[in-house]
Amino acid sequence: MDITIPILILAIPLFMFLLLGLGGVKMSHKLAGTLGSLGMGTVLVLSYYTAFTYYFSGNPEFIDGTTRLQYVVFNQTWLQFTPNLAIKLGFLLDPISALMLIVIPTISFMVHIYSLGYMEGEKGFQRYYAFLSLFSFSMLGLVVATNIFQMYIFWELVGASSFLLIGFFYTLPSAISACKKAFIVTRFADLGFLIGILILSFYTQQLDFLPMTQNPQGVLASFGGATFMGASVLTWALVLIFTGGMGKSAMLPLHIWLPDAMEGPTPVSALIHAATMVVAGVYLVARLFPLYMLEDAALMFITVVGAATAFYAAMVACAQIDIKRILAFSTISQIAFMMVSLGVAAKDNVAIHEGLGYMASMFHLFTHAMFKALLFLGAGALIHAVHSNNYTAMGGLRKYMPITHITFLIGCLAIAGIPPFAGFFSKDEILAACFHNNWFWGAWMMMVAAMTAFYMFRMYFLVFWWNNPDYAKEHHGHLPHDPGIAMSFPLIFLAIVSTVCGFIPFGKFVTFDGHEYIIHLDWAVAGSSIGIALISIFFAMWLYAKENDKPRRMADSCRWLWTAAHRRFYWDEIYLFITRRIIFDGICKPIAWFDRHVIDGTMDGFAYVTNKASVAIKGFQSGKVQMYIWWYLIGAVVLGLIVAVCVL
Amino acid sequence: MDYSQFLALKQEIGLLIVFLLVFLYDTFCSPKAAKSVPVIACVLMAAVTAFGFWQSCQPATSAFAGMYFSSPVIVAIKNILNVGALIVLIQSLKWANSEFTSIRRGEFYELILLTLFGMYLMISSRHFLMFIIGLETASLPLCALVAFDKHRYESHEAAIKYVLTAVFSSAVLLMGLSFVYGIAGTLYYQGIASAIHGNMGVMLAVALAFVISGFGFKISLVPFHLWTADVYQGAPTSVTSYLSVISKGSAAFAFLVVLTTVFGSVYEAAWEWMLYGLIILTITIGNLFAMRQKNMKRFLAFSSISQAGYIMLAIVGNNGMGVSALMFYTLVYIFSNLAAFGVIGAIENATGKIEMTDYNGLYKTNPRLSVTMMLAMFSLAGIPPFAGFFSKFFVFTSTLNGTDSTALYVLVLIALINTIISLYYYLLVVKAMFINDSENPIATFRSACSERLGMWICVAGIIGLGIVSYFYDYLLTVVA
Repeated sequence: MDITIPILILAIPLFMFLLLGLGGVKMSHKLAGTLGSLGMGTVLVLSYYTAFTYYFSGNPEFIDGTTRLQYVVFNQTWLQFTPNLAIKLGFLLDPISALMLIVIPTISFMVHIYSLGYMEGEKGFQRYYAFLSLFSFSMLGLVVATNIFQMYIFWELVGASSFLLIGFFYTLPSAISACKKAFIVTRFADLGFLIGILILSFYTQQLDFLPMTQNPQGVLASFGGATFMGASVLTWALVLIFTGGMGKSAMLPLHIWLPDAMEGPTPVSALIHAATMVVAGVYLVARLFPLYMLEDAALMFITVVGAATAFYAAMVACAQIDIKRILAFSTISQIAFMMVSLGVAAKDNVAIHEGLGYMASMFHLFTHAMFKALLFLGAGALIHAVHSNNYTAMGGLRKYMPITHITFLIGCLAIAGIPPFAGFFSKDEILAACFHNNWFWGAWMMMVAAMTAFYMFRMYFLVFWWNNPDYAKEHHGHLPHDPGIAMSFPLIFLAIVSTVCGFIPFGKFVTFDGHEYIIHLDWAVAGSSIGIALISIFFAMWLYAKENDKPRRMADSCRWLWTAAHRRFYWDEIYLFITRRIIFDGICKPIAWFDRHVIDGTMDGFAYVTNKASVAIKGFQSGKVQMYIWWYLIGAVVLGLIVAVCVL
Repeated sequence: MDYSQFLALKQEIGLLIVFLLVFLYDTFCSPKAAKSVPVIACVLMAAVTAFGFWQSCQPATSAFAGMYFSSPVIVAIKNILNVGALIVLIQSLKWANSEFTSIRRGEFYELILLTLFGMYLMISSRHFLMFIIGLETASLPLCALVAFDKHRYESHEAAIKYVLTAVFSSAVLLMGLSFVYGIAGTLYYQGIASAIHGNMGVMLAVALAFVISGFGFKISLVPFHLWTADVYQGAPTSVTSYLSVISKGSAAFAFLVVLTTVFGSVYEAAWEWMLYGLIILTITIGNLFAMRQKNMKRFLAFSSISQAGYIMLAIVGNNGMGVSALMFYTLVYIFSNLAAFGVIGAIENATGKIEMTDYNGLYKTNPRLSVTMMLAMFSLAGIPPFAGFFSKFFVFTSTLNGTDSTALYVLVLIALINTIISLYYYLLVVKAMFINDSENPIATFRSACSERLGMWICVAGIIGLGIVSYFYDYLLTVVA
């Protein structure tokens, strides 16, 4: 395959970032937005072309009979440290990276267009588009990485661009603290990732993915059965790498940054904190899946973390008021679905049911990106209309905002798993994969799926039905209305995609070993999941379709649970206690004292001595050329003497 | 006689042709047309540079009974020097056409080309007679160049100091070489190397000390550096920038060649420790003096002394990686130092100001110049991701490559500590430009087209070499 297009896919967003970042100040808002969107549109076309070439061209580079191959388009050494240790930058084309080449530009392009309307007139509009381009560049670089270090570099870059975008409204204190929180928490998790990389590469002498994933037994052999604290070193490495994924994908207990990240502009939440960056953790596990298959303990860890997170986030989502927070927790829960699906995809070194879980996880990643971006953009339209994030300020909006209403409903149906919408197909595969592994995980995730349907429709009914507030009075005569074309178009487009993309024969394109997998709907699972989802929806309808005091009475009957869920089970408080009381007071203060008095003192001492020495030797440079010659001679003689003495 | 061996001298011949063309044009053209001499010189120099890169894959050849030698490595270092010289020539365009210089602008370009020719010979020679010819061809025109601003008192003083020290160092070097001749009975590098193999004696030690101090003058190693500050300050800025990068870079490479090919066998017995001491002295004393300088040119003089110490780190390890590390360091140093001199020259040409306090508040009036200067300082100090970080990194790695000598680790540690000291004074400049307020800052001005072109090339080099590893890889393959 020609390398021009892959290079362009990465170069255009980077160029746009530099152009808008450096020259944006002199551009009008309109020009900056158009340039950014045009750039992303080009990337969209090029990545579609690349992905479709990969899936459909039948080129022997990409497919061998019915098996899809992993193809390295280029892999250029960027920094050669030692013969063994080189950092490379490359472009890997395989089923999952081609999948991401469709997902990322699609959502990113939609967000670019949507932001033309949503961010209109905001201060720093050009900066916003520059950051969006930077993010797109980083995310694309991450998914096409040919080696784990390249992935790490871009991993940090997406973290940095997420930081910049969450803190976009940098005059708001809440945005500042949210972006710091997001950066610190994910950065903390990345420490584990880095250590994991170091361990893995120390044993395998390898940073490239393909030699590792295509020969997992070789990796296992290179570890030579080394163990550490009762678990094999390979498990430790994999779990540590997964820690990085836990941070980015907001798994328990590192999820605390994602809800706060909603302080960023809503389109950013749709792009970064729903569709693309937060699934990086899932992508990472999928990328290294052949290695994870080697160690059941690591897979078990992933499954347990995922299952716990899914349940926890669903509980919290039922008791939130801010619609973006509800969507944030729903995102956490849905990503946990993908994680669980990967966790249950193999056991005893064998992929269960031809790796159904792996395929299902990627499928859900794809559909979730579409409908969750839709829901976030819909939420953005609602916030734009009523100027509040809370559903208490909304209600009865279906009459005022028909387009938003219909598209939002489609999103809710999709995430609840009602056929024929996209979420049904992918979630059904995940549940089936869980049941294939163990009935317990199946039942557990089925329960979470039911909760998903409930909290989504709770929000839906509270926003679009419930009561009918007097908007005219509250908004000085302005009634809420549907947004303009720039914002409506992405909603409609994503709604259509969310409706139809479930019918894509996904198993044909993305499977863990490249072989085709024919999806059969398991009607026992599918039927029961539809049934449960419908029950949840009707329950939500019964509670919230019309203003009444049933919800309040229900909450009162179990007040402690409601409060605990509303306060997110006090995770933030626990973190604050640990950091403030234990780490700051117990560890940081003594270290700070040591730093201030001992280390700084030593440094000041060095500086003092250096300064004194500098003054003391001033006379050396006398300006007299006779003295120069003398010093020259002395130097030459001393040099000679040193060696002459050594020789004699 | 086989005339085809002249083909090995392609780059030298190219340079001579350029020199002759410029010289003839300058001599015979009308006074009005003389205005275009600098531009013609730059264009021709660019052509020679391009020619050098085009010719870069020729195999190793020798000529004149082995007195002259050329190989891909040598072509590469000459290319690097060409790039530097070209930037210097471009940056001097405005100065060359200024009021006091314009009547003799041709001489400036001719002398520069001649010194470069001498340096080529120095690098390519494999016989000490040839080497001395090259050295003197490079040195004598430089004396004239230092005295170029003949209406300025400092320029005279600098030239006298330079001449006296240069003559003295040449004498010492020749003395050392005559000792070497006494030991080996030949002046061919190869012959000397085989004669002294395993014959370490007092005479050789003295000879080596004299040779090293002769080079120490050219590269300005402490304590042979004392001329540096006065000469850099007194000479016209264009000449100073040429002296600090090209002259130093070529001498460093020639030094590497002499030490490894001629005295390679007495590395551990003799010159490792001589160099060891010189490096520590050079880096430390250069830094300690640089801290207190108020004049920008003097400041960069001491900074260039300590940078010379870092370059020597590539030699002291005595292994193959040192060659590529030294070349890369020279290249990066060319870009970084010339960016700094470009800014200083632009400001000097526009306002005549040269003190560090004049730079207070420069960012507010001339943001682009300030950013260029900042990048140059960051690169010189070795802050990633700029090129200077990688050049320092490779130099340190080359010192320690394949060694377990504690002494060398201590040396690198001392160099690292000195990097921190150097960070202090490089940041002083940045602080002056960005943080210090000034009641009377340098007024906003637009630098000449040529100056901007030079600075753009340097900035591109500082950033590009830091991010793209291609060139270092290229050097590695050339050396291998």
